[in-house]
Amino acid sequence: MSNRIQELVAESSNHKLLIPYLTAGFPSLNETIQLAETAADSGCDMLELGLPFSDPLADGPEIQYSSHQALQQGLKFDEILSAVEKIRARIEMPLIFMGYYNPLIAHGLGDFVRRAAGAGIDGLIIPDLPVEESADFKVACNKQAVSTIFLAAPTSSKKRIKMIDKNSTGFVYAVTVTGVTGTGKVFDRSTDNYLKKLRSILDNKFVAGFGVSSPADARRLGALSDGMVIGSAIVKLLRQGKNLIDRRMKLERFLSSIRKAI
Amino acid sequence: MTAKKRKQMPDHRGRYGEYGGRYVPETVMYALEELEEFYFSIKKDRSFKHELSGYLNSFVGRPSPLYHAQRLSQYLDLNHIYFKREDLNHTGAHKINNTIGQILLATKMGKKRIIAETGAGQHGLATATVCALFGVECIVYMGAEDIARQAPNVEKMQLLGAEVVPVESGSKTLKDATNQALRDWVTNVRSTFYIIGSVVGPHPYPMIVRDFQSVIGQETKKQSLKLFGRLPHLIVACVGGGSNAIGIFSQFLGDKSVKLVGVEAAGLGLASGKHSASLRKGRPGVLHGSYSYLLYDDDGQIQLPHSVSAGLDYPGIGPQHSELKDSGRVSYGSVTDRETVSAFKLVSRLEGIIPAMETSHALAWLIKNKCKMRKNDKIVVCLSGRGDKDMAIIDKWDKK
Repeated sequence: MSNRIQELVAESSNHKLLIPYLTAGFPSLNETIQLAETAADSGCDMLELGLPFSDPLADGPEIQYSSHQALQQGLKFDEILSAVEKIRARIEMPLIFMGYYNPLIAHGLGDFVRRAAGAGIDGLIIPDLPVEESADFKVACNKQAVSTIFLAAPTSSKKRIKMIDKNSTGFVYAVTVTGVTGTGKVFDRSTDNYLKKLRSILDNKFVAGFGVSSPADARRLGALSDGMVIGSAIVKLLRQGKNLIDRRMKLERFLSSIRKAI
Repeated sequence: MTAKKRKQMPDHRGRYGEYGGRYVPETVMYALEELEEFYFSIKKDRSFKHELSGYLNSFVGRPSPLYHAQRLSQYLDLNHIYFKREDLNHTGAHKINNTIGQILLATKMGKKRIIAETGAGQHGLATATVCALFGVECIVYMGAEDIARQAPNVEKMQLLGAEVVPVESGSKTLKDATNQALRDWVTNVRSTFYIIGSVVGPHPYPMIVRDFQSVIGQETKKQSLKLFGRLPHLIVACVGGGSNAIGIFSQFLGDKSVKLVGVEAAGLGLASGKHSASLRKGRPGVLHGSYSYLLYDDDGQIQLPHSVSAGLDYPGIGPQHSELKDSGRVSYGSVTDRETVSAFKLVSRLEGIIPAMETSHALAWLIKNKCKMRKNDKIVVCLSGRGDKDMAIIDKWDKK
């Protein structure tokens, strides 16, 4: 059984995938819905929705901030699911949740994935769940035809990259830097070599993420990958926006500039 | 569960029953594999063991005595309360047993930069101390609230050359310091060794820390046989992450006649929602790399713990404790902040020993449950640390 992600990836032979990240509930859940529409209208291919977690240990300051702000409003998972339903009713592109593992345990793996899929989610990225610990998670996702997207890192061995590839359905998420999200590091030859290494090992397509912040970054990474996720740079941009209109405009301009670069 | 099966824990996946494992970002997975492999290659090596015990004897001051607390015994109308005096170790707590072991691993693995998290500052102090001893860079993450309530330890760490980084996120305590240490590790994993301070975190840490702390149990066993010709009837230890407790319990798990009690921080009371009693009030979940009992809400968000003692102010607990709770081999009790402060003061007056606020939880449990003991029971309390670091807490408490 294939899903929206697998269909899109299969169709997009040379097209680079642009995947923006929005923290669900930042600056408000209502805005998240509208910003998702903006993303869809700015040449993006999928949307990653961050599930705010109290202890986001793989995230840098921007996403820590947006998660904290979302949780301060008392945001609950049920409300996020309702927002996903609304987004799904308006836009066709694949939707992916990025979240930490404990909320899945709290809701029960089966229930969590079933409800997410029911609302319109097509894939899950769980940064604190390595392949070794993911047996039950994969069963729950397979049952609902939800893609399991695992992360590869610059420190992953060839053996680990193969294992990550085998367990990912849809694409692989290539963490470009040793670090948390939004590092602002400069990409260099070692990044290029790492992406070339992934290309030679992976059967799946892969997108680059963590630290992509400008059209120049996007151009460099896009040349050696199948696309990219942009998160912290967007959160930073949204924090600078004065109001919803301003934020939508900033997001539209930024994503269009990235789209042109790749 | 058979004693033999338990002795082999964790299994090859780092599991204690269903608990433990490795829930960390992919970036650090290779470092955990590397550490596990290195540890297994060296742990039974004779020269490593010799080197470790050399430092434990001449730098830490081991073995620590098993002391007969006569006036407390008399006060409670019992005959044989003994303190395992970890407070007499260099730096004033059991923490250094582990940091000496881990700094040896780090330097042998060629790591030049050390990071650590700390709550009460005892682990940070023990880490800063061994880093000074071996001349390596040391960065300690500490919650801003803990820095305020454990100031003397911060000054000591700085004097020893460590950089103490205040953590302002979340509850500004041990949980948040651990998040920040993990973020540093993910970023600098190639050059950096993370010295984790308790039997928590991803495999192999809970196993390595247990093994280094098990010297407490080994000595207690020998000393018990020598002093009273038998094993103790009861051993009591406080549990936050649970390293002093695992250290002493680990050598008695197969001795069914020895009753083992771990004491959690009930804070303002178990019903108040302001406590750190992960085992008594939590559910299994994942935080900081392992699956274990944890305090979280219906959506899986981690709840803010509370305890008068910074060292127990943590929402999780080591995975082996979760297994020991489920299997019933260890009983877990809890005492409130108030009961703890009373015990702190009482033991100071009766024994001339100021116990750490963490340790005072174990003492408070004993005082509270004295009626359940038989007069001639041999009782050992793991006196995990000394309490001069806690004077500011007592001062604040008395003014309340």
